[in-house]
This record gives sequence, C-alpha cells and structure tokens, in this order.
Amino acid sequence: MRDERTDAGQVLLMHDSVASKSQSKTRMSGSFRTSSDRTKYWILMGVLLAGSLLATFGLLAYDNPMPFGTRRFWIIAQRRADAVTAMGIVALCQAVSTIAFQTVANNKIITPGIMGFQSLYAAIHTSTIFFFGATGLLNARTFEMFLFQVLVMVGFSFLLYGWLLRGKNANMHSMLLVGIILGGGLGSLSTFMQRMLTPSEFDILTARLFGSVNNAEAEYYPVAVPLAVGSALILFFLSKKLNVISLGRETAENLGVTFSRVALTVLVLVAVLSAVSTALVGPMIFLGFLVAMLTYQSAPTYDHKYLFPLASLLAYLVLTLSYFLMNHIFSAQGVVSIIIEFVGAVVFLTIILRKGAL
Amino acid sequence: MITLKDVNKNYSSEVSIGPVDLEIPRGGITALVGPNGAGKSTLLTMMGRLLGIDQGAIEIAGMDITTTKSKDLAKIVSILKQENHFMTKLTVRQLVGFGRFPHSKGRLTAEDEEIISRYIDFLHLAELESRYLDELSGGQRQRAYVAMVLAQETEYVLLDEPLNNLDISHSVHMMQHLKDAAEQFNRTIIVVLHDINYAARYARYMCAMKNGKVIHMGRTEELMNNQILTDIFETPIEVISTPQGLLACYH
Amino acid sequence: MNSTVALTPKPRTSRAPLYTAKLGLGCLLVLILLALSLLTGAFDIFSGEEGREMFAISRVPRTIALVLAGAAMSMSGLVMQLITQNRFVEPSTTGTTEWAGLGLLTVLFFYPSASILFKMSAAVAFAFIGAMIFFLFLRRISLKSSLIVPIVGIMLGAVVSSVSTFFALQTDMLQSLSVWFAGSFTSIYQGQYEILWIVLGVVIAVFILADRLTLAGLGEEFSTNVGVNYRRMVLIATALIAIATGVVTVVVGSLPFLGLIVPNIVSMFRGDDLRSNLPWVCLGGIAVVTLCDILARIIIAPFEMPVSVILGVLGATVFVGLVVKGGANAR
Repeated sequence: MRDERTDAGQVLLMHDSVASKSQSKTRMSGSFRTSSDRTKYWILMGVLLAGSLLATFGLLAYDNPMPFGTRRFWIIAQRRADAVTAMGIVALCQAVSTIAFQTVANNKIITPGIMGFQSLYAAIHTSTIFFFGATGLLNARTFEMFLFQVLVMVGFSFLLYGWLLRGKNANMHSMLLVGIILGGGLGSLSTFMQRMLTPSEFDILTARLFGSVNNAEAEYYPVAVPLAVGSALILFFLSKKLNVISLGRETAENLGVTFSRVALTVLVLVAVLSAVSTALVGPMIFLGFLVAMLTYQSAPTYDHKYLFPLASLLAYLVLTLSYFLMNHIFSAQGVVSIIIEFVGAVVFLTIILRKGAL
Repeated sequence: MITLKDVNKNYSSEVSIGPVDLEIPRGGITALVGPNGAGKSTLLTMMGRLLGIDQGAIEIAGMDITTTKSKDLAKIVSILKQENHFMTKLTVRQLVGFGRFPHSKGRLTAEDEEIISRYIDFLHLAELESRYLDELSGGQRQRAYVAMVLAQETEYVLLDEPLNNLDISHSVHMMQHLKDAAEQFNRTIIVVLHDINYAARYARYMCAMKNGKVIHMGRTEELMNNQILTDIFETPIEVISTPQGLLACYH
Repeated sequence: MNSTVALTPKPRTSRAPLYTAKLGLGCLLVLILLALSLLTGAFDIFSGEEGREMFAISRVPRTIALVLAGAAMSMSGLVMQLITQNRFVEPSTTGTTEWAGLGLLTVLFFYPSASILFKMSAAVAFAFIGAMIFFLFLRRISLKSSLIVPIVGIMLGAVVSSVSTFFALQTDMLQSLSVWFAGSFTSIYQGQYEILWIVLGVVIAVFILADRLTLAGLGEEFSTNVGVNYRRMVLIATALIAIATGVVTVVVGSLPFLGLIVPNIVSMFRGDDLRSNLPWVCLGGIAVVTLCDILARIIIAPFEMPVSVILGVLGATVFVGLVVKGGANAR
C-alpha cells in the first residue's frame, strides 16, 4: 500500500485545490468533475450563444440597403432568414449526428459523412442529370424530390444497419466498413456518368454536389425542421443510454443496456439527420467532425446531455460566422462549404498528427 | 447459486466448450483455474451473458439468463472483462457512478452517491476520485473498474483475470479486497485466476477446467491435491502444507 | 502441395518451391489474356500497313502498360499489407492514391507546363508523404480491430481529396481532375507510356526484399532482434509503394482495390506463404487488370469505360465479401 500513498500525495500536490474541495464538500459524481468545470461549461455556452446571435443578426442586417426597422428592411431580412434557417438545420443535424455516431462506433475520428450518404446523394443527382439533362435536374428541385431523397437514404441505411447489426455477434466495424465501401462503389459509378456530361451540365451538377445553403428551398422546411428537431430531441433524451454505450459494448451490456438495440435506434436517427442535411444543402463531410472535435476539446464533461447542445451551438456559429465573413468581408460567395471542409480536413490531420490519441 | 446445464458452445475452431454441468454455490470466492485455452474466460463470459450459448441453459439465482431481460440481470450479476478501454474522459467517481445505472437509470440519488462513496473508500480510491482514469496507474485503474462492478451491488460478481498486469503487492491487495467484499457485503465472487496459489489462499471453492470441460469442482482443500493438479496442468505439481495454508510447488 | 515433388520423400524445408508447373500454367493463361487484349479494339489491325502501325502505336503499349501497372499495384498492395500486418490495406484504402493525386494537382496549379517527369516526381513525393503519415498514424492509435485500420485510411483519403477538390474548384480543374483520376488505359500510346517502365524496378525490388519486408511487418523489436534495420525497411517499403502509386496514378490513373483483391485471393487459394505467393500475386494483378480492361473496352463498344469503374465495382464487391466473411470469423 505504500506506493499508493505516495501516488495519493502527488495528487494532493497536483490538484490541491480540487482534491481538498471535494473532500470538504459533499461528494457528488455529477456530469462535471468540479463545480468550476460546470461554470466553465455555462460560460462557454453563453459566449457561443452571444456569438451566434451576433452572427445571425449580422447575416440578416449587414449591408441591408433599407434602414433598420422599416418594412422593407424586414422583407429583405425575411429572404435572408431562409438561408439562416438552413444553417440552423444543418448545424443541428451535423453536430448531433456526428457525436452520436462516434459514440456508437466507439471511435472519435470517423464521421457519418463517410458512410455513403453523400455518394448516394451524388448518385441520385448525377443520374438525374445524366438521364434527364440539365433541365431535368432543375425541374427535379421539388418538395417530392426532397422527400424521395430522404426516404432513399434512410431506407438504404436501415437495410444496411439492420442486416449487419442483427444477431449477437454483429460487428460494428465491419458494418462501418461495408457502408464506406458500398459508398465508394456508388461513387465510381457516379464518376463514370459525370465523364459523359457536357462541361456546362457538369458545372450545374457541381454546384449541386457541393454543400451550400443556396441549395436549400424554403418549401422543404415544413418537413426538414420537424425531422431534424425530432430526431435530435430523441437522441438528447437517449443521452443517459449513450453515456453507457460510450463505455463500450461489453460494459454497456453488463450494465443492462442492450447494445445492438440502442445502436440500431441511434444509427437510424443518425441516418435521418444525415439524410435531411444532405438532401437540404448537399454533402458536408467534415463540418460535423470539426465541431465534434472542438466540442470534446472544450467541454469538460462526458455527458451527452451537455455535449449535444454545445456541439449544435458551435456548429451554428461556425456556419453563420463563415458565411458572414465570406459573403460580406471577402465577398467570396459559394465557396463557404468548401472552405469549411478544407479547414475541417486540415484540423483533422493536425489533431491526429499532434495528439494521435483515440 | 449459478447453475449450468449441458452448456455447449463452439467458440472458434480451437476452443469449444462443453458439455458443462456445474453448480456454483452462494457465498465466498470461487476460482476458475486451468491451463491456457481451457475455456475459463469463455465460460465466465457466457455466465455474464456477454456471449450467447449454443445449447443448454444457465440460471443465476433461479433466473434463466437467455430469457431474463438484460436490465433485470444487471441487478443480479455483474461482469468485468480483462480489456477495458474507454474513449471518453471519465473521472474515477464518474466511472464508479456508472455502476449504479441498472438501479438509477443514470439519475443518481443521494443514496446512490452514498453507495458510490462506500465502494470508492472500500478500494482506497478516495484521494483519487476526481482524477481522470487516464491519469492513473494500471493497478489504480483496475481497482476503479472493480469498484464500479461492486457499486452495481449485484449478488454475483464475475471477474476475468483481475490480477492481470498487477505486481505481487497489488495482486495481494486485490485478492484481499475481493475476499473482504465477499464477506462484508455477502457477495458471491467468481474469478478466473492463473496462479493456483492465489486461488488456494483466497478462494472457498475451486473449479478446474481443461479442454472446454469442467474436470473438478469442489472446496479448495479438496482440489489442492497432487494428483488432481498434476493431471489438470500436465506438469508435476506437489501440494505442501504451510502455516499459511496449502501451497502448490511446480518447479 | 504440388504433384511433381509429391512422389519423392519430401525434404523438410520451411519454404515451398517458387517455380512450379502450376505457375507455368498460370503464365500461359495470362499470356492468352494478353493476346486477347492485343486483339481487342475498334480498329482492324489486320488491315495491312495501317493496321500494323496502329498495332505498334497503341495496342502493344497498352498491353505493356497493363502488365506493368497490374503487377506494380498488386505488389504495392502486398507490401502495404506486409508492413501493417493487415489484409485490408492498399494504396486506395489508405489515402496514398489521393496523396499522389494531390501532388499532381499541385504541380498543375503552380507550374502548368511542367514535363511529365516533373509531374510524376511530385506525385511520387506526395505519395511518399501520404504513406508515411499513414504509417505514423497506425503506430499512434491503439488498434482494437483490424477493420478500424482501413476505416482510418479511407477517412485520411477523404481528407486529402477534400483538399484536392478545394484546389481544383478554385482553378476550374474539377472535371479534368476527375477524368485524370479515373484510371483508364485509353490514352496509352507510344511515346507517352514509356515512363511506366520505372515500376518494373519496384516489382524486382519487392522480389529481392520480400523476406526482410515480412520481418519488418512483425514489428520493430522483432526485426531488430533478428538483425533487420526496421526503420530502413519501412522507409524502403514506403518508397516502393510511393513510386508504384505515383507513377501509375500519373500515367494511368487510380486503379482502386487492385492491391487489395489480388493478394487476398491468392492467399485464399495458397495460404499465407509470402515468398511462393509473390509470382502469383504478380500474375494475378496482370490478369485482373487485363480482364477488366478488356471488359471496359467491350461493354459499351465502340466507346470505352474507364477501367477504374469496373475495378471499383468489382473490388467493392470482393472487399465487402471479405469483410462480411472475416467479420463472422473474427468474433
């Protein structure tokens, strides 16, 4: 026991204030290590909220030719508000789905974006323009088409997960890999079709294949908003189970949580969120990853109840701020999502090379 | 009591278990011993319902583990495997708190907090309770995991090689803790052990396995026998009596 | 294992003979395939002078390119699998191909009139960096399952290709990027493909270094113990992979999954003895690429499909089969 004592002595030195505080007060095992961690979390939330509000206001009001408060001002703001709504939906979908997905997959360096959703999206759009031409693709921008895409994507993932997660010996990693590879196979078919397009058709398609809030149509919102908010809320209420799942399959089973059932529920919800986001604005792989990474780095807790809101706010701030900067400061409209993807990718590489911890 | 009836499992081409018929009585420590590849861990994992069985039935305290709901079983039996690797950053206390999940479903009451504190103190982790798991040494982390399964307050606790990677002093302390837990909290602890002398010193019952079958099951004194141990391990083993109890010599 | 030695009492050796009658048969089959490749195409090569010229300018170079690219890519897949001790890796599941593409794009972006040799060097250099990053990466993560390795690799590839896409979109090179990237032997003709001969060196080097590469795959401590310089071997392996991937990507384009399916199919039939598998992997690579290329030429004749599409679909199917089968055994 002697060596333990020296260990403990070091702790007392290292975490002097923390340890003595937790000894003197009632000992609680909450979501945060200390009450100062809790304070830190809420301060962070406050700052993010303020930043988000500011960025939203900026997007609505900046460079608005009409004086603030007039009727005309609100008409213009209204139009811009559609794009801001899209950002909100996408932020919610990406943030919540990525964190839930990483928990179920027990791995912090993957995103649902590589699971084949964007390949499916690309395949749907490429074949539309391939078979029906540019006008076909433009005409296909309907509410029904949106619903169709969401249904196809969710159906695809339901089949895949259901098939691969059935049975007691189901292996999460083989399921992921199969999803990724199927996506890759679809991708090479799309690439082939893209080669047959005329350059002008290709340009039209390209605009669609990159995530952009300009792809969003306000008429999709009555379906998109309830789907996104509903799924996110269910995941939020599953927080406690997700916390247990994050301890790994065997520990979760030991604690009486049936892993495969919870995993299937979560994955289907993740599929809905990813499908809504992809069908609304197009593929985005690394936004969710970037945000999840930032969330784990800054949130001093393991509890999904706190991770989800923080991640969603972060995603919203990242999206709105970059759109604001790109539209009004650098006037480089259209490339926003590509820049986010680029930054996300670079962050991914640096974090992995510097920390390399999984 | 844990009852296994005609349990069979083809785990892989090398390991197949069964048929196993076994009764593990209530109370004390029961040690599963045997040579490598005998199927000790596999059998333990099946008792802990983490691995399905191909044939037969396992009952724990009268409940069939295949038909009873997992969340109800979690209040009767807990299992700790060898490899534990978490991706989340947890403090010791948060980890032990997860042991209360089957009872509180994640909403910890004052009573839960008391129980958590009790097992943290029991394993001498009080000073470390707000440290993150990845800041601990291997032995300390192992104690934290054991505290978690004890905090689950199940009648039956299954541990897969809890002494793995522990040095002599940590091993002795761990076994002492387990024995105390069995006595003080009236638990039935079933553990896979590699070193028969730890089993001899601390276990009330021993269960010897070989080639996927249970060869002997009985009180430790009965199994600590030259002929039985030599047969099981296919190595000459001599049991000698010391003031501290029986001791197996094998070199 | 084979009929010719079975009659005499077999001397107890630890390695199977390299050259056997079966291998000869395999060679013959591949030669037939290659002849078929020479004969397949829209142009009638038996139409006198013109036909002969066409044959020399286009068909012969194309077939040589098939041999070189097929052998080199399947070999580099094998080398990667040896070094990582994981049968799911190859240049296209570890991001190496994407890095080569990024290198090519960087040259096109900064120095559009560069010679092919220069473009190729850039692709090789980037592929080297990419493979190195992947290996570094593997040593840092605590791997719990062999399946997580390709997942990480593909993620890495996605990261790199998003950087490429960013560049390409900025410079309006997106469609040409995708054309360039889709592996195809259509544009192989005399005077343009010769640089591909470099990869012959890679194939020979793998034959010579096979044993030491296997040792390096068993880990740093193990190889140091038997006197193999681990770091040097990993560097050499990375260089071999990078050269093969870089050169093939620049001349032909990406050949997805080739390095994955061929070694896996070979070891499925012949077990895991690397040394005696080597010639088979080589032959298998040539056979698969040639077969896919012939298919690509006849499926929608008189047009051609990029061979990478056929390889992608075929490879994805084989890969999924391997994963599902392996996943059932793994647990």
